[in-house]
Amino acid sequence: MKGSIERRQAQAGRWFVLPALTLIGVFFFVPVVVGLVLSLTDFDIYAIGDPSIARFVGAGNYVEILRNPVFWKALGNTLYFVFASGPLMMIVSLAAALLLNAKLARARGFFRTAYFLPVVTTIVAVSIVWRYLYHPHYGWLNFALGKLGIPPIDWLGDPHWAMPAIIVLAVWKNFGYNMLIYLAGLQSIPEELYEAAHLDGAGWWGRFVHVTLPGLGPTMLFVSITTLLNQFQLFAEPYVMTQGGPLQSTMTLVLFLYEQGFRWWRMGMAAAIAFLLFLIMLTGTLIQLRLSRERTR
Amino acid sequence: MRRTGLAVLALLALFGCGGAAHDTRTTIRFWGMGREGEVVSDLARDFERENPDVHVIVQGIPWTAAHAKLLTAHVGRSLPDCFQLGNTWVAEFTALHAIDPLTPWLAASRAIDTHDQFPGVWDTNVMGGVVYGVPWYVDTRVLFYRRDLLARAGYDSIPQSWVEWRRAMEAVKRVVGKDRYAILLPANEWTQPVIFGLQNGATLLADHDTRADFEDPAFEQAFAFFLGLFRDGLAPPVTNNEIANVYQEFERGTFAMYITGPWNVGEFRNRLAPEHQSAWTTSPLPGPRGAASGISLAGGSSLVLSRAGEHKQAAWRFIEYLCRPEVQARFTHLTGDLPARPSVWADTAITKEPALAAFKTQLERVVSTPKLPEWEEIANRLQDQAEGPIRGKVPADSALARLDRDVNAMLEKRRWLLEHGKLLVERPAEARMAQR
Repeated sequence: MKGSIERRQAQAGRWFVLPALTLIGVFFFVPVVVGLVLSLTDFDIYAIGDPSIARFVGAGNYVEILRNPVFWKALGNTLYFVFASGPLMMIVSLAAALLLNAKLARARGFFRTAYFLPVVTTIVAVSIVWRYLYHPHYGWLNFALGKLGIPPIDWLGDPHWAMPAIIVLAVWKNFGYNMLIYLAGLQSIPEELYEAAHLDGAGWWGRFVHVTLPGLGPTMLFVSITTLLNQFQLFAEPYVMTQGGPLQSTMTLVLFLYEQGFRWWRMGMAAAIAFLLFLIMLTGTLIQLRLSRERTR
Repeated sequence: MRRTGLAVLALLALFGCGGAAHDTRTTIRFWGMGREGEVVSDLARDFERENPDVHVIVQGIPWTAAHAKLLTAHVGRSLPDCFQLGNTWVAEFTALHAIDPLTPWLAASRAIDTHDQFPGVWDTNVMGGVVYGVPWYVDTRVLFYRRDLLARAGYDSIPQSWVEWRRAMEAVKRVVGKDRYAILLPANEWTQPVIFGLQNGATLLADHDTRADFEDPAFEQAFAFFLGLFRDGLAPPVTNNEIANVYQEFERGTFAMYITGPWNVGEFRNRLAPEHQSAWTTSPLPGPRGAASGISLAGGSSLVLSRAGEHKQAAWRFIEYLCRPEVQARFTHLTGDLPARPSVWADTAITKEPALAAFKTQLERVVSTPKLPEWEEIANRLQDQAEGPIRGKVPADSALARLDRDVNAMLEKRRWLLEHGKLLVERPAEARMAQR
């Protein structure tokens, strides 16, 4: 008797998850499988006209990508971006969250909105403004540097400065999102812990290191993983600001994928790049999880 | 879109209120790009007045997004009935089977005169002997130069052979001195080396465009001429990005010559100070063996019919309308684009601008870049490989060998298609016939 109820409940459960599973299946698993198959073919512009022209090439696309110097350049640039902007983003967003959470803070709502505004502003509008800021002759940035006696820098035209310029823009544009998550994390740390630490004689720094940071542990893990995943997919900023130039100094993996797929219409190649990017990001995430597990142990 | 329209009509009929306001006109869609896309709405209204049975919906798309948008529209089966297509894209859209052959339409057309065309531009629309597009406006590149600097060097015009031209550049360099140059050939543009190669008789690609041929002596010689200008200090080895403002530098006399297109005529008129306006003019490009070999690139946009379009008759009528001499003249007036029909050039607006005369001469001597979908990528690779030799860091022959190797790898698919008889190839007899 009991067994049959359980069976009926299980059956009902299956019906309940079916809609969600169907959606995920149709809009996620099917495209992923199609993408995987696509990455094993040389589907290109000729095949768009006549799909029978596409040939199965096995791992050919993957081999070709690994042999392409632009891929390694793009990987290098992407890693440069991830490792430079990731920590910077974590620090800036945490600092902003701490400031907003401070008891002395005034006009909290205003600043919260102001810091979050770039996140919800479209990148194209933002890029137009930033292109003016970065302009070598008329930009405010060079104007300010000029006041300090620093000669003008061609931010977006110089291969050495283009990536730092993109990093600053990306951090400014996106730190607000992480800031909100940190803010939520900060507010969930019980006030008593701070009071106890205060009574034990802990100063501002002591309370930050021994109460705030441990309290933010899970939040930080979440933020660091989502930041890593986002940073690896850098596309819009270099696409609108520099188109990967100058001298491919801002060519990222996703921009490389876009060029292969939507500029040269090598869909097979683009799909293969997507899977390589997936593997790289998966490895990055697993390393992060392992590190955080060891830290908590 | 259409289906919802039908559904709405059906609903109206069901409730007994249909008929009164409903439109019996044939609706066609047209996509234009950039400035052309903006002004074509006016022309479409006039067309509708003449053809009360047709309604034209015009949509403008920005040039930067045009290529990707047209391709995705083709894949999504939502291309408009007729549209503007940059004439270097015609090969690609033919390979995609996205556009219809126009040969039968042209045979029956009285509005479009296939003789009143620039042959080189017309040829960009012909694939395997079949016409796929009608030129709407044309452009090409000529030599812009500082008349005053040339005069100081003892020249009253640009000599038309390479040897003499180079001598003139050397004379200019002697006059202007250090940190100033005879000519600007931006290191990040493929057009200059390609033009010199074509002028010298190079085909760039061989075997129905399935093999690279940049190590061909004709191209090697032209490339050597091009590189010599940098090596001997006649041209600065810089990219466009390194020249902050071309107009300012041209005005200052940092360089005396510059190869560029008709869009810069207006820019030079607007941006150079009034006292410098008489100092610059244009000339057709010199060639290795005198004026006749001084060819340039056939650019511009064509009008094409979508293969999937449902109202080809109406769409063709619209294309014919846009190609009429008086409409072409009005279009030129609205956009500043150069008209595709040589007969329209008598229009006063164009003859008034002296800098455009060289374009008329040049357009009689233009050729198409190789007509294959991969061309843009090949050209980009050429640009990348040329930068090393321009800056004197890589020997020319090893750059060309590397270029041939890279381009051959890109063309592997085309060779396979050719072997399997799936490639649309130019058959000489048909091609000659298609040259009207």
